[in-house]
Formats: sequence, C-alpha cells, structure tokens
Amino acid sequence: MRIFQVGPFSLALLLFFLVPLGVLLVVSFFESDMIFGMRATFSLESYVELFTTWNTLWLYLSTLKFAAIVWAITLLVGFTIAYFLVFHVRSLLIAIGLFLLCTVPFWTSNIIRMISWIPLLGKQGLINQAVIGLGISDEPVAWLLFSDFAVVVSYVHLFTLFMIVPIFNSMARIDKTLIEAARDAGAGRLRTVWEVIVPLSRSGIALGSIFVIVLVMGDFFVVKVMSGGQRASVVSNIFEDINVLLYPPAAASSVFLLIVVVLIVMGVLRVVDIRKQLAG
Amino acid sequence: MGDHTKKSKDSAAMTKPAGLTRRTLLKGTAAATGLVAGSAAMGGFPTIWAQEDITINHSGMSYSTLIQIAEKATEDLPFTVEMSVTDHAGMLNRLTTQSDSIDVADIELWMRVITVPRGVYQAIDPAKIKHWDKTTSIYREGQFAGNQVSRQGVSPYEVTYFTDGDAKEIADGESDYATMIPGVFNADTLGIQPQAIGRPINNWHELFNDEFNGRAAGMDIPPIMIMDAAMCIESTGEYKYADKGNMTKDEISMTVDRLIDLKKKGHWRALWGTFDQSVQLMVSGEVVIESMWSPAVTAVRAQGVPCVYQPLEEGYRGWGNGLSLMRHLEGKRLGAAYDYLNWYYSGWMGAFIAKQGYYLGVAETAKNYMKPYEWDYWYEGKAAEGDINDPYGTNMEKAGHVRDGGSFVDRFSKIACWNTLMDNHQFLLKKWAELQTA
Repeated sequence: MRIFQVGPFSLALLLFFLVPLGVLLVVSFFESDMIFGMRATFSLESYVELFTTWNTLWLYLSTLKFAAIVWAITLLVGFTIAYFLVFHVRSLLIAIGLFLLCTVPFWTSNIIRMISWIPLLGKQGLINQAVIGLGISDEPVAWLLFSDFAVVVSYVHLFTLFMIVPIFNSMARIDKTLIEAARDAGAGRLRTVWEVIVPLSRSGIALGSIFVIVLVMGDFFVVKVMSGGQRASVVSNIFEDINVLLYPPAAASSVFLLIVVVLIVMGVLRVVDIRKQLAG
Repeated sequence: MGDHTKKSKDSAAMTKPAGLTRRTLLKGTAAATGLVAGSAAMGGFPTIWAQEDITINHSGMSYSTLIQIAEKATEDLPFTVEMSVTDHAGMLNRLTTQSDSIDVADIELWMRVITVPRGVYQAIDPAKIKHWDKTTSIYREGQFAGNQVSRQGVSPYEVTYFTDGDAKEIADGESDYATMIPGVFNADTLGIQPQAIGRPINNWHELFNDEFNGRAAGMDIPPIMIMDAAMCIESTGEYKYADKGNMTKDEISMTVDRLIDLKKKGHWRALWGTFDQSVQLMVSGEVVIESMWSPAVTAVRAQGVPCVYQPLEEGYRGWGNGLSLMRHLEGKRLGAAYDYLNWYYSGWMGAFIAKQGYYLGVAETAKNYMKPYEWDYWYEGKAAEGDINDPYGTNMEKAGHVRDGGSFVDRFSKIACWNTLMDNHQFLLKKWAELQTA
C-alpha cells in the first residue's frame, strides 16, 4: 500500500509546512495596525508598500551580492577540498578521517564560530598586531572588522562545509577508471577536472549551491554582527517589523523572499537535473 | 528593542520547580542565617492558601526577569513563582496571542502603547498595593523632586493609569486603575573612555564629533537610537524638536539622514544591537565613545578597562518597566499575584536590583536589605565606604568610588526624554533600512 509509505511524510509536510505557509500567505493580505493589531481584511497594503519602496531593491541587491560572493568562494574552496579528499588521499580511511576533521568546527555553535573572528580581525586583534608589529602599517587596518569583508569571511567559514559534503559525495561515486581513461586519451589534469570531474559532480555542486545560497538569503544575524550593525538583510528587516507586532508587512516580505528563493532554486535545478543525476 | 541584556546569568527559559519541603527548609535556613529583618517584613502576608498549589508566572526581558527573584519569592511566599525570559518580539507575541500563559507581565513602558488596546491586562487596584504611596512619583504623579518629569517619549506617568476598570484605554492623568506597578528603571547616556579621549566630554553632540571618526558607536535599535541622535542634534543647536519622542516624518528623515551622512564618512565603527556587543566594543578598544546603558559601563570596568558613564548637560534618556496583571487572573490566583506584587516591593527585590545599578519603583524598603554605605553609594551618590559588590558577590567597585551621575535625585532630575514608540514608527523603520543600505 503506497499510502502507508507516503502518508506519514505527507502529513508532516502538510502540518508543519503547508499549513504555516498558508497562514503566512493569508496574514500577508491583512491590514496592519500597530496599536490595535491586524485586521482580517483583504488588503494589498503590505505588498504595495514593499514594491514601492526603493529600499526593497537595495536590500535584495545587498543580500544577493553577499550570496553571489559567498557562493563563488565556497564553491571554489569546497570543490578543491572535496577533490583533494577524493582523488589525492589514497587511503579511504584517511580521507574519511580528514573529512571528519572538516566537521570539527561544527561541534561548537554558529554564534561562537562567528564571534571568534572578532578578536582576530579587530583593531587590536591578532592580524592588526602582526601588521603593526611587522611595520607594514602604523595604523591598524579598520576594514577587517565590521565590514562587508568580515561578513563574507564569516559566511565562508560557516557555510563551506555545506558545499564540501554534497560535492564529496558526488565525487566519491565517480568511477576512477574514467580518470584513467581521460589520462590515457591524453587529457591533462586540468582538462580532466573540467571535462570529466566537474560534469560528474554536477549534482553535488547544485545541492551545495542551493544550501549556501539559501542560508545566506535567510540570514540576519551574521550580517548584523559582523557588519557592526551597518548592513541589513531581507530577513533583518522582517525582524524589525515583528518587533512591534507588524505581522502583515513581515508576512508579505517573507512571501516575496520565499518566491525569490524558490526561483533561485528552480534556476539551479534547471541547470542541473538533480533527480536524474541521483537516479543515474 | 532596548534589550538591556544583563550578562547571561540566565538561560533562555527558566522555570523553577519548587517543592514545599525545600521551601520550608530554605525558610528555616533564612531565619537561621539571621535575615530577621526580612522575616519581619514578610509577616503581613496572608497565608490562607498555604496548602494550595498555585504557580505565578512572571514573564519579561532578561535584565529584570532574573531567576534569583523567583527563587527568593518562592521561598518567602506560600506559593511558587516562576520566571520566563524572552526577547521583546517574543514578549509582545506572547502578550497578544497567548496572554493566558502569563500572570505577571514585566514589560517596558512603550510596549503598553501597543498592548493595552488589545485588552490583555486587568486594572491593578492601588489600594491593594501596600507601598503604593511610596512608589516613585516619576510614575505615580509625573513629578520628581518638585519638577515636572519630561513627557517626551513614552514617559512613565503617561502609561501608569487606565481610564476605567475595563483596562483597555490609557488615561491622561491619574485614576484608581493602575496599568502596572512601577518596576525596574534607569537612565542612559554616553559611555566614554576618558583616558583615550583626554579631555572632558559634557555634551551629547560629542558623539557626532569628527574627532571620533571611526571610533564611535551608536545603536542598531531604531526607536532608541533615533532619540540619542535627536539629543545630539539638539545639542549642536542645529534643530529643536517639538517632541523628540514623537517626531514628524520630516524630523525622522532629517535625523536619520544625519546618521547616514556620518556613516558615509566612516564615523560609526559599529551600530550595536545587544548589551554584550556594546561592552565588547569598549573592552576591545574599537570605540572610545558610544551610546551605552549604565550596567554595560560597569561591565566594561569590571574587565579592567577604564570607562565612564558620562553625565551630560542636556540630560539623560530614561527607560522603565512595570509589572502588570494579566486579564485572566481571578480568585485565589489573583490574590496570589497581588501578594507577589507586594512582595516585590518589600525590600529584598529593591536591594537586589539596586546592587546591579538599576532602580526599583519602591526604593525605601530596600534599605533593610542593604548596608548603609551601599545605600549611600547607589542612591545618595556618596563615595563608597567599603567595596561595592554585585548581588552575586562579585566586586564591582573599590572603596572610595563615586557612582557616575551621582545620586538618584541628580540622575532623575535630568531626564530629557524616554524610550519611545512613535506614531510614525513604521516610517522610522523604512528610513532606518536606508541607513543600513547606505
């Protein structure tokens, strides 16, 4: 009986995903009143406000910029690490051991890992002590902390593993004889990577990209702390609304963010058909 | 907003299960250790429901909703008091959607503006509060030390009374229906590092001074920072607001634009969002001047970094809390809640909170629970005759230190405005987003 196989999962999906999503959608059309709460009417007020504010565009551009930069760096770093683990470490045991090492930072909380950058990047931090100590500069370098740079560093540190894992998984399933065949056919190392390994790791790259982009798009804490409160994200704006019970604008903003993220994910899936890749 | 987060001595949600056995035991110990004064003060509490299993839930923000208070109250009273800590958004959410889950709401003044019309509270009868006439006149009468207290922002007096027993409308003036009993309150100003600055700082406009370019911090809490910014702008003499606490849209635009200009010049090292961040900015030497909350300055000094909570000519920005009774309370539970409010004013709580640098609605009774020199230090602004320790026994200041800002009267005679929630708050948020994308 198929129903017993999909039943429980469908129920969970319905209760914990579709129902809340429905509520979110309904509330986004309510009218908001800070003093008396929201009024259950049909109003486009929140959406009109959202789409007639230039800042919505700047916020999305800022968040998308971070997503793009972080995606590029985590992809490069993640791919390189996964490649090293799969194709350069000969012993499977050592490869798994090194892979586990990559997860060590995840034994502490996100917040600790993020905040631990502050004493390193600060004006009197380790890097600036070195810069001044070595006589490279007399003044501490200020842009290391509370800047876009600091935000990107934190994101990369926090999210690279989400790129490593799926790519590692895809690469591990590549038939090693294909590499030998490429070499026999006269392909150099770079050409082998580009024409054999990258296409065969596509599903991993796609999954990792989805993880990283979605995580950056949904963040509000890292960007706040590491930019020293001088950058916002789409979500941090939603948070400000919730702080004073302005639920309808927050809901409208969430619905739009959801649409944007779904479009991005669909875009990625259009380039790489993960189902087919995984099935194959 | 305004999360005056005390360094996390508390966890996210604290509930204190208490059995009668332990309670009786603790009562015995307390008596044995000689807190006779305390026991005497406790004498007046009715004990008719001594055998009842009543739990009173006190919910609020981390700086005033401390587990030690619930432990002590449970020890002293014949029922259990439990504490739930949440952030501002969570608190407002619970107040409006699950108000039955709270008995006593310990919330900030401005939060009443948006929660009272929703009918979640019941009126408190001042006659049932033993020390009502001793509660601070700042809340009760809108007067302090013979002067009118500033009404800019959400001032305590403006939200202390309901119009009637229906408890859905805030009264303009006094009535027999109190919205709350005055709770923890304080005054904020700039924190500075005197040695790094090397000259006296006496005015708010110094926060905008180019001299501190890249070494200054503000808050990333729009309704509070807008007030500090307004204090700075008025201090430069550029503009005088009709009411800083309730600006017009033009005034909001002008004020936030000023912050944006400063940001573009690289003036702000950071705009902080939590208590801990403000402490770290000072301790790590990132900034030498910033908007700061009084206990944060103490926390910086406790780490060996000289830091002053700087009184300024234009005065302070005040903030405050109060304890409200939720509408669903009735019968014995209502009686127990009143007993808890009376306990709250009986002295122990006043001393406990005063030793952390805050003030409580009723101050006088705290004297019984503080050493005379502690009272003189915290309330009278006199030099400490002995070491000043926080209620957990950690040393805060050495003997001889004088509290920044002086006595309680000195501080609160100079409140220029209060933390607020403006009518144009939504517009402020929109404008604030511009600051962050600038």
